[in-house]
Amino acid sequence: MIDITPSHYMVLSATLFMIGVIGVMVRRNIIIIFMSIELMLNAVNVNLVAFSHQWQHVTGQVFALFVIAVAAAEAAVGLGIILAFYRNKETVNIDEMNVMRW
Amino acid sequence: MGEAIVFYGLSALILGFAVMVISTRDTVHSVLFLVVNFLLVAMLYVLLGAEFLAVIQVLVYAGGILVLYLFVVMLVNLKRPPETYQDPRRQTRLGLALSGAVLAEFVAIGVYGYTSPEGLPAVAAQAVEGGNVEQVGWVLYTNYLIPFEVASILLLVAMIGAIVLAQRDV
Repeated sequence: MIDITPSHYMVLSATLFMIGVIGVMVRRNIIIIFMSIELMLNAVNVNLVAFSHQWQHVTGQVFALFVIAVAAAEAAVGLGIILAFYRNKETVNIDEMNVMRW
Repeated sequence: MGEAIVFYGLSALILGFAVMVISTRDTVHSVLFLVVNFLLVAMLYVLLGAEFLAVIQVLVYAGGILVLYLFVVMLVNLKRPPETYQDPRRQTRLGLALSGAVLAEFVAIGVYGYTSPEGLPAVAAQAVEGGNVEQVGWVLYTNYLIPFEVASILLLVAMIGAIVLAQRDV
């Protein structure tokens, strides 16, 4: 209980990830859904850094850097899509984004 | 002992702010809670000895990406509340139940699937001496040089995509 093992970090990371998943599934505001995706990417980073610490090797931190780069790219493109959609339909509710749905 | 106290405190705050992010009505408040959440995760990285990543987290996430989010929240000037309309086919309860099941599975793997440190394979000898930044830089520019270049191309493509999407006639 006192020793902090990678298990503790895995449980923290899994809980953070699932909070992100619940945000994606429950909320209907697409900006909050994007923020939930950032939460999930962050949870993955916590896991990578925890194991990097456990193995005393920095490869996990390098992978976390790549995850941050992908998150930045995703945020730029995703927010561009949100703005383009908002110009067309004046809403950010994903339940109203049903043009491409069968 | 000290590490445990810091870890549990930081974990409680991180999870609490994450719940606040997905549960507040106001989107601006949600973004601000996310900033606090990312700063706390940066503190967790410092606790884990990843100082460079902590700095990058503060600079890129809390400084860059979330300012982008705030800009979009300000630009999207909603005339009506965003979540008034709900698709009748939406399965919120089923989603929550499935998330809970997957969380239980993850926690079970984390608690029971972890072997003791003695059972782990021998730690590879660290090739480089020096501080955390030096080690990360060394590994990034030798073993992971090609993925690094691919990541830069990904960022370039994302930039071009964002510019194209931001044009008027999309």
